[in-house]
Amino acid sequence: MKSLAELEAIRNKNKNQVGLRREGEGTRIVVGMATCGIAAGARPVLTAFTEEVGKRGLAHVTVNQTGCIGMCRYEPIVEVMAPGKEKVTYVHMTPEKAARVVAEHIVNGHVVTEYTIGANVEQ
Amino acid sequence: MDFARAHILVCGGTGCTSSGSQKIIDTLHEELAAHGLDKEIKVIRTGCFGLCALGPIMVVYPEGAFYSMVKPEDIKEIVEEHLLKGRIVTRLLYEETVSDGSAETKSLNDVDFYKKQMRIALRNCGVIDPENIEEYIGVDGYAALGKVLTSMTPEEVIEVVKASGLRGRGGAGFPTGMKWMFTARADGSNGKYVACNADEGDPGAFMDRSVLEGDPHAIIEAMAIAAYAVGADQGYIYIRAEYPIAVSRLRIAIDQAREYGLLGKNIFGTDFCFDLDIRLGAGAFVCGEETALMTSIEGHRGEPRPRPPFPANKGLWQKPTLLNNVETYANIPQIINNGAEWFNKIGTEKSKGTKVFALGGKIKNTGLVEVPMGTTLREIVEEIGGGIPNGKKFKAAQTGGPSGGCIPAELLDIEIDYDSLMSIGSMMGSGGLIVMDEDTCMVDIAKFFLEFTVDESCGKCSPCRIGTKRMLEILEKITSGRGEMEDIDRLEELAENIKQSALCGLGQTAPNPVLSTLRYFRNEYIAHVRDKRCPAGVCKALMAYTIDPEKCKGCSICAKQCPVGAISGEIKSPFVIDREKCIKCGVCMEKCPFKAISNK
Repeated sequence: MKSLAELEAIRNKNKNQVGLRREGEGTRIVVGMATCGIAAGARPVLTAFTEEVGKRGLAHVTVNQTGCIGMCRYEPIVEVMAPGKEKVTYVHMTPEKAARVVAEHIVNGHVVTEYTIGANVEQ
Repeated sequence: MDFARAHILVCGGTGCTSSGSQKIIDTLHEELAAHGLDKEIKVIRTGCFGLCALGPIMVVYPEGAFYSMVKPEDIKEIVEEHLLKGRIVTRLLYEETVSDGSAETKSLNDVDFYKKQMRIALRNCGVIDPENIEEYIGVDGYAALGKVLTSMTPEEVIEVVKASGLRGRGGAGFPTGMKWMFTARADGSNGKYVACNADEGDPGAFMDRSVLEGDPHAIIEAMAIAAYAVGADQGYIYIRAEYPIAVSRLRIAIDQAREYGLLGKNIFGTDFCFDLDIRLGAGAFVCGEETALMTSIEGHRGEPRPRPPFPANKGLWQKPTLLNNVETYANIPQIINNGAEWFNKIGTEKSKGTKVFALGGKIKNTGLVEVPMGTTLREIVEEIGGGIPNGKKFKAAQTGGPSGGCIPAELLDIEIDYDSLMSIGSMMGSGGLIVMDEDTCMVDIAKFFLEFTVDESCGKCSPCRIGTKRMLEILEKITSGRGEMEDIDRLEELAENIKQSALCGLGQTAPNPVLSTLRYFRNEYIAHVRDKRCPAGVCKALMAYTIDPEKCKGCSICAKQCPVGAISGEIKSPFVIDREKCIKCGVCMEKCPFKAISNK
């Protein structure tokens, strides 16, 4: 170890990982992984979210899975829950859409309206 | 694996390892691979979570689901339900975290066992992988060393430690900053050393082991800081060979620290050089005494020597040596990072910070707890410890191991710190806290601890070698029913003499268990001596099994169970026990459906 900067670099690399083990605040990305979700392709979506979050080193963002929320025809469904904000529900997700949600919503705070359930309700 | 969506933390401390946590880890790896989850979920073997009574313990993040007493057979279900489908297996959770009736689980921090705890020394235990230096760095590890080396003078470091009010956690509670200052001021022209006392010997105490198993880098970092402050360039960790997991993790940690340049030459690009070695102890209790410990490191038979000169002036190989206990060191990086002000706000007026206690004996939640100084004994026993099992009554708590004393029920509300324990005739010691219920005989307890010191006395000075042996003989006489009233006075006189004349801490404190039980439970001694009776029904020689004719229904179960045929009688009329034949095995009392048999 030759300098504080070197230590800092290792710290930043690992902070995110260890940060997962703190309970509490932080944005949660929840992927529906019941039979309906898996059949509709939720697994690659979950993997895509995990990879994107990891790649960007987003501390305080966790990727979880959940069961069926009852709207099986909209699967894969992904919910984004940020502290103090209303829950956003994305439907018919794909790995490509996942990448965009991370970039625009999680990082920059702009909800990708066109993927949300509100924009996709079949009249 | 760059980023895992879930982390499974499995306790790899000695407690959980012995209840089979390695098997849990192996099964987890198999099941995760079978479900194709091994790329996205990480399994981490951590140090102790503290709740050893419920091992093996496994915590899944990000949910923070706390599974207790996990069995290998449960793993398949946990992987398929929780990790694949996101449905926590509530049935297998630690019951305290499951709120009544609702699907929500309580956070661990709201559970009675953890609620009142404050973790400084144990901060990373059960959180990080102790065999991975990068995880330690990820939780601000080695930041304190970096700060000290690049922006503070040794004097400033010592000032911070002094201002923090930290006192030695090994037992006596000597102010740590003062020790550092004395060592720094000593003439170091021929070299100086820092050393760590990890020769944890008190029966029932295992906090040092847990710190080393769960967070070994914290000790390495703290010793490097101490070396910088006092001007040493070599350190030794003296640890007992009976702690194989701690030793192996420490070895890994030292190797990693060397590899990352955190031990060795020119650390952080400064002139500071420091390296560390492990010395294994063979488990002699006396080697936890500082002068004996250093004699042992030097390669001699572990015997104490008179002080002064103190180690700060003449320690290892006659050179100035700073010797601190594991838990003391574990506080140092936190104090440097957060400041002396932060630390000295915690605790009582004269005892700052927290103390780790190893809770054992007749208590529900046996394990490791860390509480701010000044927490009452009642809070530790009843709230954190969950009280006494089987509806029994609290009788006393023993602190300080063979050097300490017993605290009776009427002092349960005492706020625990160094000075309060001293004032009631006990001591903090390394932090073993053994809870005893109404079935414990206090004379027997005193005898137990004295047996221990007699065994462990090194034999160098006669007060300890001969005196403790004589005390033990008197106690044996009393518990076998041959005691005379003068024996109690003799015991007290001997105790005072040994306290004043023994060479080292072992002998000087050896009479404490006797003195403190005499102080608070004198009646029990008198009952043994005068009435030839053991009120708790423990001392076998004084037991007399009798059948209460009022309660006996004459069912003959006792007579059938008695292995020596000492019980006889007519069916449906009271039975009697023949004292001559009775071997006091207690089976009759256990089997009697009417609780008609007693042994007191």
